[in-house]
Amino acid sequence: MLLEIKDLHAGIEGKEILKGLNLTVNKGEVHAIMGPNGSGKSTLSKVLAGHPSYEVLSGEVIYQGKNLLELEPDERAREGVFLAFQYPVEVPGVSNSQFLRLAYNEKMKHLGEEELDPLEFNDYLKEKAKIVEMDSSFFKRSVNEGFSGGEKKRNEILQMAVLEPKLAILDETDSGLDIDALRIVAEGVNKLRSSENGIILVTHYQRLLDYIVPDFVHVLAGGKIVKEGGKELALELEEKGYDWVKAANK
Amino acid sequence: MVSQQLVTEDIYSNTFSEILEQTKDAELKELRQKAFDYFTENGFPTVKNEEWKYTNVSGQWSVVNGQIVQSPKSEVQSPKVAGLAQHFQFDRNGFTALNLAFADFTVVTIPKETSLNKPIELNFNANEDTANFPHIIIIAEAGSKATIIENYESEGKSFTNTAIQIFLEPNANLTHYRVQKESPEAFHVGTTEVELSSGSLYNSTNVNLGGAISRHDVHLKFTAEGGEAYIDGLYMLNGNQHHDTHSSIDHALPNCVSHQTYKGVLNDKSRGVFNGKVFVRENAHGTDAQQSNKNLLLSNDARVDTKPQLEIFNDDVKCSHGATVGQLEDEELFYLLSRGISENLAKNLLTYGFAEEIINKIEIEEIKKDLDAMVLNRLDVNLEV
Repeated sequence: MLLEIKDLHAGIEGKEILKGLNLTVNKGEVHAIMGPNGSGKSTLSKVLAGHPSYEVLSGEVIYQGKNLLELEPDERAREGVFLAFQYPVEVPGVSNSQFLRLAYNEKMKHLGEEELDPLEFNDYLKEKAKIVEMDSSFFKRSVNEGFSGGEKKRNEILQMAVLEPKLAILDETDSGLDIDALRIVAEGVNKLRSSENGIILVTHYQRLLDYIVPDFVHVLAGGKIVKEGGKELALELEEKGYDWVKAANK
Repeated sequence: MVSQQLVTEDIYSNTFSEILEQTKDAELKELRQKAFDYFTENGFPTVKNEEWKYTNVSGQWSVVNGQIVQSPKSEVQSPKVAGLAQHFQFDRNGFTALNLAFADFTVVTIPKETSLNKPIELNFNANEDTANFPHIIIIAEAGSKATIIENYESEGKSFTNTAIQIFLEPNANLTHYRVQKESPEAFHVGTTEVELSSGSLYNSTNVNLGGAISRHDVHLKFTAEGGEAYIDGLYMLNGNQHHDTHSSIDHALPNCVSHQTYKGVLNDKSRGVFNGKVFVRENAHGTDAQQSNKNLLLSNDARVDTKPQLEIFNDDVKCSHGATVGQLEDEELFYLLSRGISENLAKNLLTYGFAEEIINKIEIEEIKKDLDAMVLNRLDVNLEV
């Protein structure tokens, strides 16, 4: 088992948003978490990544046999947890390649493996960039600065490719993407999907799931998972709307 | 206090008579004398002077057993020197007066319609226990294009009181890098005066890393329509360092552009001061004046006093100004942490990025790399770029 969330209650600024969430993710599985605005999708992503503004009130998150909630955000990342941000942050003055190499080497150091020098890393990065069809002009630019919405999301998937996480959480990766960018991002994720990792797709719309086909779909409403099923659940949801599950839940 | 000042002035007056004797040009002699008289009368500025409120220089100028340095080339034979030096506003304060009185001139003329491929490097390295008064005059003739590097270094405790006058003739294009990386014990005071004629372009980056106490004053004036000036700067301080940048930009004529971006990184118990005045006079329509000063405080004991001032007397202008003082952004920090970068490294990397926005504007790879290395070294980051 890769990840087990048990009766998780969490929130922000004293407001409880997740109200008893349960979820199990095994290696090799893709789970879609769908839900209307305000259902707690983003809170779940942030809590798993360890965002300091979010507070865990009760419950457990076991990741590879460890208590994930006890780890600092950077420790979680080095242990293989990756969050693709809904709104990737711009880091002026720091180039993409500097940033990625530091992150990569921090992980390698942690795993006791060999770090890469700039030249070696550049070769590695070029290979990975093919996954999201990014050319090397992006490497020298400041992280996300002046990137279009689509470029930012592709850059997130590039980071995922470089860091090779065991658990990737993609927070609304489809939002703000045109159809071409969506295809590139989705194909990138599909290439990175393997029997060794687990992926959580957090999304409002079914559209992304046409490209990245999930093994399981969970519907989140009011801070809880209210419905679960296979990929066909997403289509049903698309057809009937979120009011259907909200009503069913009452 | 008064007695110390008298003693100091005495040291200067003994040396001054020697300097005066060596000066052959009558006009220059007179100018030096006028400047020295101003200094004798007014002394050095004190914190009671509004412009020096945050920078206490008392005692800094008295170099123990000091020697006033004039390089052998001091008697520049250019007939223009006195005429150009006349333009220097020596009566701003005791430092500008003393600079002109002891001025060790370097005059550089960039001939008209000439593009220089190589930058002109002006390096000043002050020895321990010395007082130094470089005075540079740059004439960028019409249609010329050049880059000037003004570099200050020193050893131990020294006093450098420097000035540069820059004249841009019509359509001249000058890039000016001023790098101050003096010793942590040095006292540095510098004045930059720039005059821009029509269609001229002045692009400057001012980096202040060294000195125990350092001060840089920039005075920029448009003497015709259609001049453009970009003035950027960085002060990065640690320990007990103190840096003060005062600038004044005068839009007295229409259709000129001035953009100013200054950034400060303050660690430990360091202190920074930024005071930027922009005047847009009554008939200066079509002015585009932007000013920003952003400061990053890395320690609770660091302090910055920032005062951007914009005075506009015309409606048909595009102006903005602003100042910020803050810590690193939480969201940026979390983003780096979420990629497995440890907290200390993440903070240093963000600080580097903050400073880098200014350093990145430098187009000469050698200087950029050198400054990069200095910044990274201070932050203890190894990027091996």
